[in-house]
Amino acid sequence: MSEFRMPSLGADMESGTLVEWLVRPGQAVKRGQVVAVVETQKGAVEVEIWEDGIVQALLVQPGACVPVGEVLATLADDTPLPAPMPPPLPSGEGVEVLPARSIPASESIPSQPIPDSSRQPTVRLRASPAARRRAQELGVDLAGIHGTGPNGAVSLEDVEHAARAAQTRATRPAAGAYDPAAMRAAIAAAMAKSKREIPHYYLGTSIDVGHAQDWLSETNAQRPVKARILFAAVLLAAVARGLREVPELNGFWIDGSFQSAESVHLGVGIALRGGGLVAPAIQHADRMSVSELMQALGDLVQRARAGALRSSELNTATVTVTNLGEQGVESVYGVIYPPQVALVGLGKILERPWVQDGAVCVRPVVNATLAADHRASVGHRGALFLAALDRLLQEPEKLA
Amino acid sequence: MSTSGKARTTYREAVRAALREALQRDPRVFLMGEDVGRYGGTYACSKGLLEEFGEDRVRDTPLSESAFVGAGIGAALNGMRPIVEIMTVNFSLLALDQIVNTAATLRHMSGGQFSIPLVIRMATGGGRQLAAQHSHSLEAWYAHVPGLRVVSPATLEDARGMLWSALQDADPVIIFEHALLYNLEGELAPDAGAVDIERAAVRRAGSHVTLITYGGSLGKTLKAAAILAEDSIDAEVIDLRSLRPLDEATFLASVAKTRHAVIVDEGWKSVGLSAEILARIIEGCFYELDAPIARVCGREVPIPYAQHMEEAALPQVKDILAAVRRVLAHV
Repeated sequence: MSEFRMPSLGADMESGTLVEWLVRPGQAVKRGQVVAVVETQKGAVEVEIWEDGIVQALLVQPGACVPVGEVLATLADDTPLPAPMPPPLPSGEGVEVLPARSIPASESIPSQPIPDSSRQPTVRLRASPAARRRAQELGVDLAGIHGTGPNGAVSLEDVEHAARAAQTRATRPAAGAYDPAAMRAAIAAAMAKSKREIPHYYLGTSIDVGHAQDWLSETNAQRPVKARILFAAVLLAAVARGLREVPELNGFWIDGSFQSAESVHLGVGIALRGGGLVAPAIQHADRMSVSELMQALGDLVQRARAGALRSSELNTATVTVTNLGEQGVESVYGVIYPPQVALVGLGKILERPWVQDGAVCVRPVVNATLAADHRASVGHRGALFLAALDRLLQEPEKLA
Repeated sequence: MSTSGKARTTYREAVRAALREALQRDPRVFLMGEDVGRYGGTYACSKGLLEEFGEDRVRDTPLSESAFVGAGIGAALNGMRPIVEIMTVNFSLLALDQIVNTAATLRHMSGGQFSIPLVIRMATGGGRQLAAQHSHSLEAWYAHVPGLRVVSPATLEDARGMLWSALQDADPVIIFEHALLYNLEGELAPDAGAVDIERAAVRRAGSHVTLITYGGSLGKTLKAAAILAEDSIDAEVIDLRSLRPLDEATFLASVAKTRHAVIVDEGWKSVGLSAEILARIIEGCFYELDAPIARVCGREVPIPYAQHMEEAALPQVKDILAAVRRVLAHV
């Protein structure tokens, strides 16, 4: 048996409100399956489970605000219940099963094992008659309700509580809307912690992206309009691969030491309407092609704004990219999102006078910056990253 | 005397006042039983009545329940209104044939030509260290039988008022008086008189749980409700009053309101009154229930003599509290 706990959906998260269970007791779940919706200061998040198993009991009721680490549900191993041995079947091929005694031809053996209903793990839901009727009236699914009655049965009050919680959700201005004040508080806490604890150093460089842009134009010309790629995806691909070369920038500073991450889960800062900000991760961005990254980015932005991010996207970013080019910013001096150790900033791509082969020409140039945690890396390593980024952007074909 | 004009009295005196009133008001009424005359009644309920009304109307009988209950049936058949006292419900089993096979059936077997307007009073219940010969609560035995009306006065008003109403019934009525109640003190209006014997009474209004009881357990149940109130548990207490027929409308309405029920019955659980009430609740308001129903009943043993064992065998306030907390999941 194992326990499913309230995940930390960000370094600044202390507690979360369980909004909804998407599974019920007795249900089999697979690693990575979304099992619950949790409301954080940054909006509603779909939370995944990280083990295969069978949901045994839901211990927290929708509407309850519980601290990170609190057990939300218990999970039974999904090894099927031992089934009785089927009667030996005379088999034509494969392993020969020898009967313990010789069976006369007249003695028939059932040709199929009798279906054994005990193989299906069935957990009967305990709910009082009044609770069941009320749930039907209110259209509430009993399965997701945490029972507080005798023997953990769902009581009438539990149903009404769940219905009220659902009502509260339904009457919010829009799906996925967040509380700007709460989000502001969360950002404040994380950024204050960052500036209080992380000794930032900053590096910046100008990169000629003319070649990469030309390559993208050619690529896009061959693609249907809907499948066209934004230049931001090319930049992200280059950042992700560049970070792989400098592992000191990709990972977490936890309990006084740096833990590098095996893969680059690229946190992408996404501004929300009303001043909010989230930085969900594109998982394994360093292993994605530009086109895959484009797809992941589009999906992420859409879901971030709809408030349907998953827990694995919110708490796993190993590094963050902030791109403020669209807003006309030339250089970003980022604040690292703890416990990450680096933030890559990208500014607006500007046509600039550029010296190439001893001559001045006009090139599209982007200002790439790095804010990094001096506890985890030194400026020399940070410089190597920016150099790698430059190099990767000069060979865009390799990013495809 | 209190300011409300009510007089301080006891359950025993209320029973005696009821007997006296019956003897005074209706010349057909007479009282008969073991030791009811010269001794004044085993529980002193008829003390002084022999002197007041004479030997014709207050009659000592031989120690034969079958004989004097049979005589009561005969007298009732012939136009009298006998009140037969049986010392305890345990002893009444000797008259079971008269009560069940004759008194309860004659109206039906005669096609309505005869009726038996007989009232039988008997003491019931434990708690006085009188052991298994005298202490059982066998109300359910009689509540089982069609043709009988069974009532259980648990208050001074009912001790005072149920007898006259029972005497007005054309068919046999059995009145169970819990022996521990005779010393119950309280106030009674000087003009207290006949009360209805059909309906259950809500003795305490509440909204969280319905406690259903009767007779000798009412006091304990009300005490438990008072303790629960300190815990913000608001219990409604129902005194059944009539054990046959059961006024199920009253307790079903209460359970439908509170959605939780605990039945307190000194009788044994198996095939008893508590089982019947529980069944009626399930039949009548299953969908209103928010938790399993609990029962607090007498232990399934012959009532022991030793005090601590007798206490353990009978429902106590703490048992009622535990059952309510279990039902409300406030353990």
